[in-house]
Amino acid sequence: MSEITLRVNGETHTLDVDPSTPLLYVLRNDLGLRGPRFGCGLAQCGTCTVLMDGRAIRSCNRPVSRSTGEITTLEGLPENGELHPVQQAWIDEQVPQCGYCQNGQILTAAALLSYSPSPSDDEIREGMNRVLCRCMTYYRIQSAVKRAAEAMAEGEVDR
Amino acid sequence: MSAGRRDERNGRMPSDGEPDGRAQRGPRAGRHDERMRRTPVNGDRQSSPLFDEAVARWGDTTSRRDFLKTSGLFVFGLSGVGVAGAGRWGFGTEPSGDESSEPASYPDPDFLALDSWLVVHEDGTATFYVGKTDGGQGTGTATQQMMCDELDLAFDQATVVMGRTDMTVDQGGSGGSDAIERDAMVGRRIAAEARRVLLEMASERFGVPVEALGVSEGVISLREDASRTVSYGELIGGRRFDVALTGGNINATTGVASIKPVQDLKLVGQSIPRYDIPGKVDATLEWAVDVRVPGMVHARHVRPPFAGATLVGIDESSVRDVPGLIRVVSEGNYVAVVCEREEHAIEAAERLVVEWEKPAMAPFPASDDLFDYMRSAERVPGSGGRGAARTQGDPDGALASAAAVVEAAYDIPFHGHTAIGPAHALADPSDGQMTIYTNDMKPYSHRTGIAEFLGMDPEQVRVIWMEGPQLYGRTAADDAGFEAAYLARELGRPVRVQWMRHEETAWDTKGPAFAIDLRGGLDAEGDVVALDYQGRIANYAHVGYNQARTVLIAQLMGFRPERPSPGGARGPDEMYYIPNRRQETRAVRFPLAFETPLRTGNLRDPNGPQTTFAGESFIDELAAAANADPVEFRLRLLRGATDDDEAFRRARSIAVVEAAAEAYGWDARPSPGTVGGGRVLTGRGIAYAYRARTTIAVIAEVEVDRGTGRVWVRRMVCAHDCGLVINPNSLESTIQGNLLHGISRTLYEEVRFDGEKVTSVDWRTHPTLTHMDTPERIDVVMVNGDPNPDRPDLRPYGAGEPSHRPVPAAIANAIYDATGVRMRRLPLRPERVLEELG
Repeated sequence: MSEITLRVNGETHTLDVDPSTPLLYVLRNDLGLRGPRFGCGLAQCGTCTVLMDGRAIRSCNRPVSRSTGEITTLEGLPENGELHPVQQAWIDEQVPQCGYCQNGQILTAAALLSYSPSPSDDEIREGMNRVLCRCMTYYRIQSAVKRAAEAMAEGEVDR
Repeated sequence: MSAGRRDERNGRMPSDGEPDGRAQRGPRAGRHDERMRRTPVNGDRQSSPLFDEAVARWGDTTSRRDFLKTSGLFVFGLSGVGVAGAGRWGFGTEPSGDESSEPASYPDPDFLALDSWLVVHEDGTATFYVGKTDGGQGTGTATQQMMCDELDLAFDQATVVMGRTDMTVDQGGSGGSDAIERDAMVGRRIAAEARRVLLEMASERFGVPVEALGVSEGVISLREDASRTVSYGELIGGRRFDVALTGGNINATTGVASIKPVQDLKLVGQSIPRYDIPGKVDATLEWAVDVRVPGMVHARHVRPPFAGATLVGIDESSVRDVPGLIRVVSEGNYVAVVCEREEHAIEAAERLVVEWEKPAMAPFPASDDLFDYMRSAERVPGSGGRGAARTQGDPDGALASAAAVVEAAYDIPFHGHTAIGPAHALADPSDGQMTIYTNDMKPYSHRTGIAEFLGMDPEQVRVIWMEGPQLYGRTAADDAGFEAAYLARELGRPVRVQWMRHEETAWDTKGPAFAIDLRGGLDAEGDVVALDYQGRIANYAHVGYNQARTVLIAQLMGFRPERPSPGGARGPDEMYYIPNRRQETRAVRFPLAFETPLRTGNLRDPNGPQTTFAGESFIDELAAAANADPVEFRLRLLRGATDDDEAFRRARSIAVVEAAAEAYGWDARPSPGTVGGGRVLTGRGIAYAYRARTTIAVIAEVEVDRGTGRVWVRRMVCAHDCGLVINPNSLESTIQGNLLHGISRTLYEEVRFDGEKVTSVDWRTHPTLTHMDTPERIDVVMVNGDPNPDRPDLRPYGAGEPSHRPVPAAIANAIYDATGVRMRRLPLRPERVLEELG
């Protein structure tokens, strides 16, 4: 065991864990977060996604020692007490069925829109492609990404 | 039967050999942290503050506790038992922590008591107790809409509690697409009865007849004088109805009130947003996978590396230095490791050295040889249950004299559930009781199965359903709850179990493989005069629902039912009039019936997509042989007879086929179309089916890339008739999921295995549909093809599964239309498509 410092959702945590521990288990079991979930442990499905310095990464096989950036989980996505536009779009489009994968879908979409604010249909498909959903809510997810992009663009204009 | 060590007399843990002196008694109950204590049932539904309030209200007064105690709705916290999970639901007193030796008891809520189903609170809001589970299709929200409508409450004046064996009447949990069709109708009758009683109370209070009263959003007023009102809360808030219901069984439960005519329903038919979605989007919902209780430890499994392998020995020294290792547990061929921390349990399971002996005989053929094996295997006589065989007319004679005979063989592989989240559960064994936190879709059989498995009194076992990854039949035989309960009992501590990806994909229950041979005869006019459907199904050891002898842990420990149970088998469900026909489907055996990763269980619309793939592809083959348009050909077959007793279903079958064709803009012509010389070919295909009382037609439009073999379903249309629609948006979502899941099973899914083990173990070896494959357009057309669609008693029919059924055939028919090549073996991965295109 050794001392590890993590920045998660704007807070600093110092933990006594093995540096090779996958980030996922620290987030869930030590910090009590529910957003990232175990899906495959192989970085294949995206269920465990978190943002690190704004990029979507897989927490299931990333050692906590290599998780030195600013981590944002689904819990940390809202700003000033308001849901992120992607989260709001997910509600407006009534996207989730079981919802188990939606953490990864939402965070991947948020990252996608942060570097590609008005993606084409093909860019949405490609940008989201590595996040799997076994309820197959893909059709609504893609609509919700478009809706969020529009909402974010309007928000920019308003400002 | 029971597993492991136990005291035969009372099912409690023996006191000797306890691995851990921290018996889960009262003192621990005081250490619950605030966050957990406030977490209400079904997760932290922050979208509904009402719910928290309702739950908090439970414990407010002594009378409330007495109420609950006597109504059987509330047990823990009253017996003085420090049940670890007790305080976390937030209602009731904190467990007193005395050292009572009485184990907690969880008697079944009495289904003949109105109070078991519905409680009105002092503020006039209500809680509905529903013995179902919601797999993400919105059945909870829909049930709430239906019950609020009958009770004359606004939607947000109520909450639903689902699937807790100690609090909700045993409605069986999920399955069979019956939540709305059957169980929510019970809810409607009960809500109507509650409204009747409340109106009578108001009538007495005001001294006017019930007819002089009106109700809106839980407030009763005089029709003549709207200023005189009384609310439900004032009339009965916090008190019992004490009204007895009647009915010989739970599904027949009723009061004396009638439900409203459909025309009077206000919430039914509205696309009310699902109550579970906000908590799924902001991570506030607590799922079964999230539950943590004090003292909890983590378990992982080591599975046999070969199907049918026998455990020879375990070298425990191989994991001795894993931090926090608590125990290696094994019984028969079941092996688990338990550690303080989750990542260490994973490490221990990876490192544990176990010696296995291969079985003397290959357990099953390799998947490459599957269909040859199935066609040469003996068919188990009498297998398949009711509906497995039926004959009408003289099919052999009609085939012999037919002007043209068409023959074809169809192959469908094993399909996995491959849930996005592997199986998981937490079991808490404190104080002689057992509480299982699970996403098992059938918590009631989970409870009785676990009680039988452990040799416990079912009243000492409680199953709390919480949200989890898709159910679709996988969690009707949820292994993890049994494993967690067994380990918790062995260790005397709460144990959380979660499977790894390779376990889930290899060892989950499978949808059975089919080999289906068809022959059809046409007369000189191109009419179908004979159809012979001969199916073989690899479904010899079907695991059933949470059976104590067929869940995986039981099989690995050597428990066996008296004989393997073949699952049901029937042919495709359609309403075609064909004068001479025979349908027969029988099971075939593999050498290994138990402890096999090819154990079969129910998978969404069990058998429907497979049989309909064969049946509806073959109808297309007959249409092509008759040089007929596929839609017109089907309509002709559906209109072919009028003297049957199923005119209702026939009319609605015709309605969906016509509606799908119209919505798509179908151009009538025989298939294939003109096959051009380009690289990408396009085509459209239709398939139709019914499931129970729901009828569906699906049209797929595909692009086939002749260079790569890739098939893209560009557009889908589904015409769907499930009678009364409760929540159109939620229904549309369910249908979209069914369609896309169908595309995935058609194009990609196949469980692969060599002669000794399943080799599909992750998302690379078991591919699934992705964002790239999503159609660019999906049209869902909700048809009400009822001959009298305006009747006041129009019923809703099941919708969770039916639209899954026609998808594979619609796609294969579209590929034929595009290419002129018939695809008769699934899945249609690029390499197979290229091979077939030649």
